[in-house]
Amino acid sequence: MTDFFLHYHYWVVVFLMMTGLYVVVESGNLVKKIVGLNVFQASVFILYISLGVVDGGAAPVLREGITVYSNPLPHVLILTAIVVGVATTALGLALVVRIKEAYGTVEEDDIYGQDEGE
Amino acid sequence: MIWANLSVLQIVVPLLTAPLCLLVRNGRVAWALAWIASAASFGCALLLASRVLDGGVVVAELGGWAAPWGIEYRVDLLNAFILLIVSGIGTVVLWSARISIDVEVEADRQGLFYTAWLLCLAGLLGIAVTGDAFNLFVFLEISSLSSYVLIAMGRDRRALTASFQYLVMGTIGATFILIGIGFLYMSTGTLNMQDIAVRLPELGTSRTVESAFAFLTVGIGLKMAMFPLHLWLPNAYAYAPGAVSAFLAATATKVAVYALVRFVYDIFGESFSFGAMPLSLILTTLAVLAVLVASTAAIFQENVKRMLAYSSVAQIGYTLLGVGFATAAGLTASLTHLFNHALMKGALFLSLGCIVFRHGTVIREELAGLGRRMPWTCGAFVLGAISLIGVPLTAGFASKWLLLSAAIEIGWWPVAVVVVLGSLLAVIYVWRVVEVLYRATDDAPARSEAPLSILVPTWILALANVYFGVFTEHSVGFASSAAAWLTGGGS
Repeated sequence: MTDFFLHYHYWVVVFLMMTGLYVVVESGNLVKKIVGLNVFQASVFILYISLGVVDGGAAPVLREGITVYSNPLPHVLILTAIVVGVATTALGLALVVRIKEAYGTVEEDDIYGQDEGE
Repeated sequence: MIWANLSVLQIVVPLLTAPLCLLVRNGRVAWALAWIASAASFGCALLLASRVLDGGVVVAELGGWAAPWGIEYRVDLLNAFILLIVSGIGTVVLWSARISIDVEVEADRQGLFYTAWLLCLAGLLGIAVTGDAFNLFVFLEISSLSSYVLIAMGRDRRALTASFQYLVMGTIGATFILIGIGFLYMSTGTLNMQDIAVRLPELGTSRTVESAFAFLTVGIGLKMAMFPLHLWLPNAYAYAPGAVSAFLAATATKVAVYALVRFVYDIFGESFSFGAMPLSLILTTLAVLAVLVASTAAIFQENVKRMLAYSSVAQIGYTLLGVGFATAAGLTASLTHLFNHALMKGALFLSLGCIVFRHGTVIREELAGLGRRMPWTCGAFVLGAISLIGVPLTAGFASKWLLLSAAIEIGWWPVAVVVVLGSLLAVIYVWRVVEVLYRATDDAPARSEAPLSILVPTWILALANVYFGVFTEHSVGFASSAAAWLTGGGS
């Protein structure tokens, strides 16, 4: 049981990851799919950020009298990944706008129904 | 020092020319800039390959930071080969793009098109050249995001949904890769590939390393359209502009296969990948299914571009077979097939580009009698098609022969049977198209051949299929020395 609380951040990550993936798979609405994808990516960001924690470590800013710092590298990596995530979301939503213009709907079933008809 | 700079220039030139194309906006000028940048990358790749073949590994430390701390670009036998394929095919296909894109993309978007193209090229080359695991993820996303844009530029509105589907699945794949890299960092404390490779064996097998391996395999599998993770590929290739299909089919999946080979053989090492993990069984099973199911699906496609896309899924199956054998011979076959498949799919998709340019459609039944109207285009298509089947004296034969002998060497007879069966299925789906192309029609159509600037690149690739089928020493030689290095000397 102590293990459970010791590693609670992993449970947060797993919960968010599964929620995100479920929304991507289950939802027929393209905008909701993008939101699901976002939640899924955010879970991985948290995974990385929680990696950097060092017990008793201070924020990684050089100051006198502090010897133990948290690891700043995962934060830097995830800053890059967040940028990638923003770009993906922007592109995804732009595509949804174009799809809406071309099909008049953002529901997956309607779109495939229209394609079948051709 | 100049060698180290070359590996960086290879990426930086297309990456910096991309915003230039964005500023120019004029389609013609942007195309010229893009082509020069692409050709310059190819030049760098050629010089690097000659250097690496002489027995050196070219290492560039970015910003002057030494390896475990800074990011290094590391060119060895394996990725020098991939760099050649990507930049070479990219340059030839881009040559043909000027005219076909004029037709397929609106004038005010052409500058943007070439911007996305160059970013995609830079991303793909970056994946191959980098020696840093996280950097690989960043380049992967650069190439993926720009390829979603390229696919969405297709004229058919289904290009949009295809691109969206690819975006969702591609992002899940890339995020899986990110998780895998995170687990590797968690257990080794480093992101440098060589450093990880040194530290992993000391750690032994732990649940974290095993999960990292699983996430990376599935993530890369999504990116390379490994069966059954290939669902995004057929529509994406079918509805993208012709030049984009040719470029992505010949390069994007190849780079993903490279990433798998790099992780499996170089970073995790053979004893872990094939000893501690059942990778051989999984890859071989999925590859056999890919060859059989995708080839059968290809037979029933009405759209020839979609047919070729399914055939691509089957060819990725062949490539994975060799990786799954876990022998030097198998890996040689896989790497050779990577190169040869890039040549044949490049030639086939480009000849379809010619057909779209003149004829406007690639629905099979509407191509009747095109063999007489566009003899050179259809000739190139047939040449690419017989190479796809694996007829002797073509490149396709060389790689299938290597694959067969590699399967027989370890006594996997059923797999050898599947390789031959796959070729027979290829005969069927290719023949259905060729038969229509040369079907006699009542009216004698006037000859209207595609312009030379598409036809010449198409024929360059088609003839390369014959050249590398007859003179195999360059392609097979390069692949076998890379395979020997990976399975023997490589950590």
